[in-house]
Amino acid sequence: MADIILETKDLTRQFGGLVAVSSVSLAFERGRTHAIIGPNGAGKTTLINLLSGNLLPTSGTIRFRGQDISHLTADKVSQMGIGRSFQKTNIFLPLTCFENCFLAAQSRLPSALRFLRPAAAYDDVAARAEKALVLCGLGHRRDTVATAMSYGEQRQLEIGMMLATEPELLLLDEPLAGMGADEAMQVVDLLKRLAENHTLILIEHDMDAVFAIADRLTVMVNGTHLATGTVDEVRADPAVQQAYLGEEEEV
Amino acid sequence: MPTLSRPVAALLVLGLLGLMVFPAFGDTFYIRLVTKIMVLAVFAMSLDLLVGYTGLVSLGHAAFFGIGGYVAGVLINKGDVTSILALVPAAMAASALVAAIIGWISIRTTGIYFIMITLALAQMVYYFFHDIDFWGGADGINIYSRPLLAFGETVLLDLSDRVSMYYFTLGVMVAVFLLLSVFLRAPFGRTIVGIRLNEGRMTALGYDVRHYKLAAFIIAGTIAGLAGFLEASRAVYMNPAHVSWHESGLVLVIVLLGGMGTLYGPILGAFVLVLLEDFVAGITDRWLLVMGLFVICMVLFLPNGIGGLINRLVRPRSRSDKQAAAGAGSVGVADG
Repeated sequence: MADIILETKDLTRQFGGLVAVSSVSLAFERGRTHAIIGPNGAGKTTLINLLSGNLLPTSGTIRFRGQDISHLTADKVSQMGIGRSFQKTNIFLPLTCFENCFLAAQSRLPSALRFLRPAAAYDDVAARAEKALVLCGLGHRRDTVATAMSYGEQRQLEIGMMLATEPELLLLDEPLAGMGADEAMQVVDLLKRLAENHTLILIEHDMDAVFAIADRLTVMVNGTHLATGTVDEVRADPAVQQAYLGEEEEV
Repeated sequence: MPTLSRPVAALLVLGLLGLMVFPAFGDTFYIRLVTKIMVLAVFAMSLDLLVGYTGLVSLGHAAFFGIGGYVAGVLINKGDVTSILALVPAAMAASALVAAIIGWISIRTTGIYFIMITLALAQMVYYFFHDIDFWGGADGINIYSRPLLAFGETVLLDLSDRVSMYYFTLGVMVAVFLLLSVFLRAPFGRTIVGIRLNEGRMTALGYDVRHYKLAAFIIAGTIAGLAGFLEASRAVYMNPAHVSWHESGLVLVIVLLGGMGTLYGPILGAFVLVLLEDFVAGITDRWLLVMGLFVICMVLFLPNGIGGLINRLVRPRSRSDKQAAAGAGSVGVADG
């Protein structure tokens, strides 16, 4: 029996009449890299938003390490050890890279309702921020203000902030979106390194990257779960070829 | 992150020294005027914590100012309490309690809704004082005696003495500035600035942002209550105007004028606004028109307020600031 870290059962989310995610049951194994693919509008980002607590499910359950987290808000989910990066870069633009990561690392203090000791005196927080900066490849950009960096670097910082919270499971919504080839290569390398000691769930449209990183593929179409398996299994699945991969290759 | 550059710190120390020696030279009228300004400065600093740091624009902050003042006034008049040691905690506790209630309701909203709900709840506080005879109704209350600090027969501090009142207010202003500076340097301060910059991201990072907003709201309300106590002691008079939305608007203008998110800016804002008002009112009966134009010009030409101007003048721009300016056009990084 595989070691399941995150599991959804009949997970559904409706927006008015639109069923964005429809009765999706998935199991994610610990330590593996799972990619969720599917055409635009398949409900991938909605699924990630449900897993991260940014959206609450209409029905169905989500279990993380056996615990029901279906109705936890995003901050509680993050505290459980699920980190998340956003498709649209979501960082603190006027702050330096270090300050961005410091804020992220500081969230792991038992409470940040701390009024007296200067933040700069929390060496453990600073150390975690530095570590995350180096890990995401921005060690040399420590004191650069985020607005001043290239788009690719901002994407790296996005991942760095998530790492500074030291999550066990990473939810990555299109980590390569809008990146140049060189930058994308760097991030693929980073994700491979992270995969060594984290569980990754990522949405990505870049199929070369997906095939390079992912152990398991899940295909979604129109809010429903179409297929899950190893890369080769999914590639060979005729339904998938028709619904997704076939179309993608024509583009 | 909030830090004072050295030239700004030097200017502030100079200003403090000036205020410390001022009573030796100033006449009675100006000692009273500067006392009034310093009370407003304390009030404005408390609002800056909300508006400038947490990003919560409250249009009901006078509620807590008024509560502090009314509670002190009624305790003096009806309870014969005159000790500062009793009046200050009572005024602050009453404001803190109401801030906890109003804050708990208000922080569920954002933006324009937050402005409207704080305004609405503060108006309820206004009518509470306005319509109940116990609080003096529309006329307000004349406070019969001034607070003092005494041990047995020895009076250490008597706020009916205008110079004592002046120095006590100055001491409170400096203490509040230092206390808030400490809070802002601590993880709490970093957290509320993060909430102002990007609330959604703070939530995704694991912060329960409502806790921090509520804490900021209560701290700001409590300090406003302290300012209200000072106002009651200074003016020996409280009336519903102290709780009105005009008063909330005035203190918001002081924060904007002085520079949001700088802490010392609101102090400067209070001085500039009140002294200018005093000066213009001496020249023309149409002084409100002149003040209005002045505020409009300040907002148009100095969007970061007087504090922002000083920062720009005294601070040699660091390399990262320049890079930021190159990358982001006019996005301000100085006051973050």
